[in-house]
Amino acid sequence: MPVLVSLVLRRLLGALPSIAAVVVVTFVLTRALPGDPAAYFAGPAADAQSVEEIRRKLGLDKPLPVQFLAYLGDLAQGEMGTSLITGQPVSADILARLPASVELTLCGLALALAVSLPLGVAAATRPGSWVDHMARVISTAGVSLPVFFTGLLLVYIFYYLLGWAPAPMGRLDLFASAPTTITGFYLVDSLITGQFATFRAAAAQLVLPALTLGLFALAPLTRMTRASMLGVLGSDFIRTARAGGLSRGTVLVTYALRNALLPVVTTLGMVFSFLLGANVLVEKVFAWPGIGSYAIEALVASDYAPVQGFILTMAIMYVGLNLMIDILYGLIDPRVRIEA
Amino acid sequence: MMLLEIDNLSLNFRTRSGVVKALEDVSLSVGRGETLGVVGESGSGKSVLSFAVMGISDAAATVSQGAIRFEGLDLLKAGPSDLDELRGAEMAMIFQNPRTALNPIRPVGRQIADVLLRHAGVTRAQAQDKAVEMLARVRIPDPERRAKAYPFEMSGGMCQRVMIALALACSPKLLIADEPTTGLDVTTQAAIMDLVGELARESRMATLLITHDLGLAAERCDRIAVMHAGHVVEVAPTAELFARPRHPYTARLISTTPRPGASLAALEPIPGSLPDLRGELAPCRYSARCHLYQAECDAGPLPRQDDNGRMVACRRPA
Amino acid sequence: MSPALRHMRYVLAENPVTAGAFVGFALLIALALFGPMIAPFDPLASDTDIALQPPSLAHWFGTDHLGRDILSRVIVAARLDMQIALAAVALSFVFGSLLGVLAGWYGGGIDRAIGRVVDTIMAFPLFVLAMGIVAALGNTVGNIIYATAIINLPFYARMARAETNARRDAGFVEAARLSGNSDARILAAQVFPNILPPMMVQVSLNLGYAILNAAGLSFIGLGVRPPTPEWGIMVAEGATYIVSGEWWIALFPGLVLMAAVFCFNLLGDGLRDIIDPRRRT
Repeated sequence: MPVLVSLVLRRLLGALPSIAAVVVVTFVLTRALPGDPAAYFAGPAADAQSVEEIRRKLGLDKPLPVQFLAYLGDLAQGEMGTSLITGQPVSADILARLPASVELTLCGLALALAVSLPLGVAAATRPGSWVDHMARVISTAGVSLPVFFTGLLLVYIFYYLLGWAPAPMGRLDLFASAPTTITGFYLVDSLITGQFATFRAAAAQLVLPALTLGLFALAPLTRMTRASMLGVLGSDFIRTARAGGLSRGTVLVTYALRNALLPVVTTLGMVFSFLLGANVLVEKVFAWPGIGSYAIEALVASDYAPVQGFILTMAIMYVGLNLMIDILYGLIDPRVRIEA
Repeated sequence: MMLLEIDNLSLNFRTRSGVVKALEDVSLSVGRGETLGVVGESGSGKSVLSFAVMGISDAAATVSQGAIRFEGLDLLKAGPSDLDELRGAEMAMIFQNPRTALNPIRPVGRQIADVLLRHAGVTRAQAQDKAVEMLARVRIPDPERRAKAYPFEMSGGMCQRVMIALALACSPKLLIADEPTTGLDVTTQAAIMDLVGELARESRMATLLITHDLGLAAERCDRIAVMHAGHVVEVAPTAELFARPRHPYTARLISTTPRPGASLAALEPIPGSLPDLRGELAPCRYSARCHLYQAECDAGPLPRQDDNGRMVACRRPA
Repeated sequence: MSPALRHMRYVLAENPVTAGAFVGFALLIALALFGPMIAPFDPLASDTDIALQPPSLAHWFGTDHLGRDILSRVIVAARLDMQIALAAVALSFVFGSLLGVLAGWYGGGIDRAIGRVVDTIMAFPLFVLAMGIVAALGNTVGNIIYATAIINLPFYARMARAETNARRDAGFVEAARLSGNSDARILAAQVFPNILPPMMVQVSLNLGYAILNAAGLSFIGLGVRPPTPEWGIMVAEGATYIVSGEWWIALFPGLVLMAAVFCFNLLGDGLRDIIDPRRRT
C-alpha cells in the first residue's frame, strides 16, 4: 500500500526534530551535571594534574560544539558510557533490562484498555446509569491516585493479608529460573520454550505491578472513551446506521467505537508520557529489574552515565511510541491517510 | 389497508426543564406508491414524527398513546428484532446534511454493503457488487472506484446520492425523506428529487417527504399534511390544498411562500412564533397566533373529515 | 453581600462536591499555615522504645521505625508539600502564560520559537524529564520545584497561546488598539484578564499533578532528604514495612496525599463547570 508507506515516511520525517531536540537536551543535562565530571572520575585521591589528564582524556577541555559532535559520534555507535555500579557499558545494561520494563508497561496498558474501553462504551450508551456513575468516579478518583501508593496498597492486601500474590521481589521468585532469552519477555519466552511453570511464576509476579500501572492509566482512558463515545453516538451517521437496521453490535462497534477511538488514540500519547514515568515508581515498589529501577539505583549512588542513558532511552522510546500512535491514527482515519 | 397508518400518536420528551409535548394526537396514513408531504415550520414535529416511524427516536422520547402500523404490524408493540428486520429493508430513510449522515471513516460502498449484508442474505462479495450496482443506479459516475471512496472525498450532492443508494438498496416499500435537499444547491436539489421520484415510480415505493419547503412539496407530492406545534392541522390532496386551504395556518403558510408572478409585497409573515411545548398549552396550539381566534376555539380543534380525503382540525375552517 | 459572592454561594449550594473541595482546600491551607502548632508531637523526635507501634489513642496514626509520631509528621509535611506544589505551579503559570500570550499575540517567528521549546519539553515523558533535571541541577528541594515547573510549563503555554490567538482580533481588543494603547498595555489590561478564568481551572487541576510529581520524586530519593517530613518520602519509608504488615506508616501519608490531589482535581472540575458549563463531562 503506497499510501501507507508514504504516511509512515512522512511521520518519520516529522519525528526527526523531536529526536534532535531530545538528543540536544540530554547533552545539555549532561554538561549541567553538578561538580566536575573529570574530578569525579579521577576519584578523591587524585591531584590537580591527574584530574587535568582525565579531563583531556574525556575530551572535556574541548569547546562545547566539539564535545557535542563527539557525543553524537558516541551515540551513533550506541556508546553511552560505563556504569560505575555494574562496571558494564550502560548500553548493555539498558538493553538487558529494557524487556522487563516494556513487558510491564505493555501489560499495564493492555489491562487498562481491556477495562476502560468497555467501561467507557457502557457508560456512554447508558448515561445516568450506575455504570456511568462508576465510570465518572473512576475517572476522577483514578487521576488522584499516587501510583506508588496504589502499588503498596495492592501489595499489602494481596500479598500480606490474602497471600494470593507472591512477594514483590522482581520478575521471578527465588526458586524459579529465568527462561531462555529469546525476546527478553518472560511471558513470551517461557511459552515459546514450553516452560509452563516459569510462565506461571512470571505471570504471578507480573499481576500486581501491571495492575498498578493499569489502574493508573484507567482514569484518562475511561474518561476519554466515555466522552468521545457520547459525542459519536449523538452524530448523524449513527442515526443513519440505526435507520438501516444494522444490528446493535455493528452500530456500536463498527460505526460508533471505531470513530470514537480517534480521540482516544490521540490521548494515548499523553497516557504513555505518564505511564513511562509511573513505570519508574512501580519498578521501585516491586523491585522490578527494569531500566527505571536501574536509573534509581544509579541516582542514589551518584552514577550519572546510567541516568543519562536512561533518560535518552525513555525519550527515544516515547518519540517512537508517538510515531506509532500517529501511524495508528492514520490507519483508522482515511482523512489523515489520504491528505494531499 | 394503507401501507403506513399513524393513529392518534402522542409523543413526549423528558428534559431537565420539563416535559416537551412534541406530538399530540397525530393521525396520518400513506398508501402504496403514494408520496405524502409533511410540511411545517422547524420545530413543528415533522422530524420527530419521522424518527418515531423509523423507531430511532431519542432515548428521552416516550410515546404516551397511539399506534404506528406498517402493513398492519404495530411498530410500537413489535419487538426490537422485528423492527431491525424492517428498518433498512421494508422502510428506509434519507436525511438532511448527507455529508454528516455517512460514516466518515468507512468507504461508502462498504456502508451500502453493510445494509445489504444485514437484510438481503448475501455474501460480503455479493453485497459489495450490489453496492456498486446501486451506486450506478443513482447515476454516480465510475461507481467501481467511487465505492471505495470516503464521504469526505465527495460533494454534498454526491453524498446524498450515496444516501439514496443506501436507503433503496433493499427495495423498501416506504422511503422517508427528511429534508433531503436542504443544504444542496438548486440544480442538485432538482436532480436529487427527480431521482427519488423516478426510483419510487419504478418500484411503486411510497414516499414520506418531510420538508419546510412548500414549493418542493407542491411539485413532488400527491397529498400534503400540514403540521403546527406537534399537531396535524390539515391534510389534503396537493392541488386542493393550494387552491383552497381550509386551516388558517395553512393559508398563512401558503401566503408566506414566494410564487412566480406574485409581488413580494404579497408575502405575509405569520405572526408570533411556535408556542413553547413545555407546560400547559392551549387546546388549539395555533390559537395565540390566529387572526380568526374566538372563544369557542378554547374547546380545542375540531377534526373534520370530508369524503375526498381532506381533513382539517379547526373550529372555524375556511 | 455583593452579587459576586451571592453567585458564588448559589453555585456552591448547587454543587455540594465543589463546595466540599473548597472546604478541603481551606483545610490544607490551614494545615500548611498552622501545622507545626497543631501537631501533637515533635515530628523529628525519635524514641526507639515506641518504634513501629500501630495506631493508638496516644498516636492516632501510629509510630514509624524510629518511634516518631506519624500524625505529627503528616500534619507538618503539609507545609512543604503545599509549598513545592504552589511554587512550582506559580512559576509555570507565570512563565507559561507569558510565553503563551507572546506566541499567540505576535505569531510568526516568536510563535515558532516558543512552540519549539514547548514541543521539546513535551518530547520527553514528563516525569522522566523531571528526574533528569533534578539529577543534573542537583538534588535539592529548590530543584524539585524548578523541574516540576518546567514539565508543567507546556500546558499553560499552549492554553494561553490558544486563548490569546482567539482574542487577538476580538472587538474589545480592536477598540483598545484604536484608542492608542500600547501592545503591552493591551496584553496586560485586556487580553490577560480575559484568558484568566480558563487558566485558573488549569492551575487547580495542575496543583494535584504537581503534588503527585513532587511526591513521586521524593519517593525515589530525589529532593527531600530524611528526616524531613514529606508525604512522598514518608510513603517510601513505610514501603519497607508493608510486606511485614506494618501498614500504617505508608498508609496515612499516602491517604492524605491522595485526598489532597483528589481535592484539587474536584476543585478544578468544579471551577470548570462554573466557568464553562458546556464542557462538563
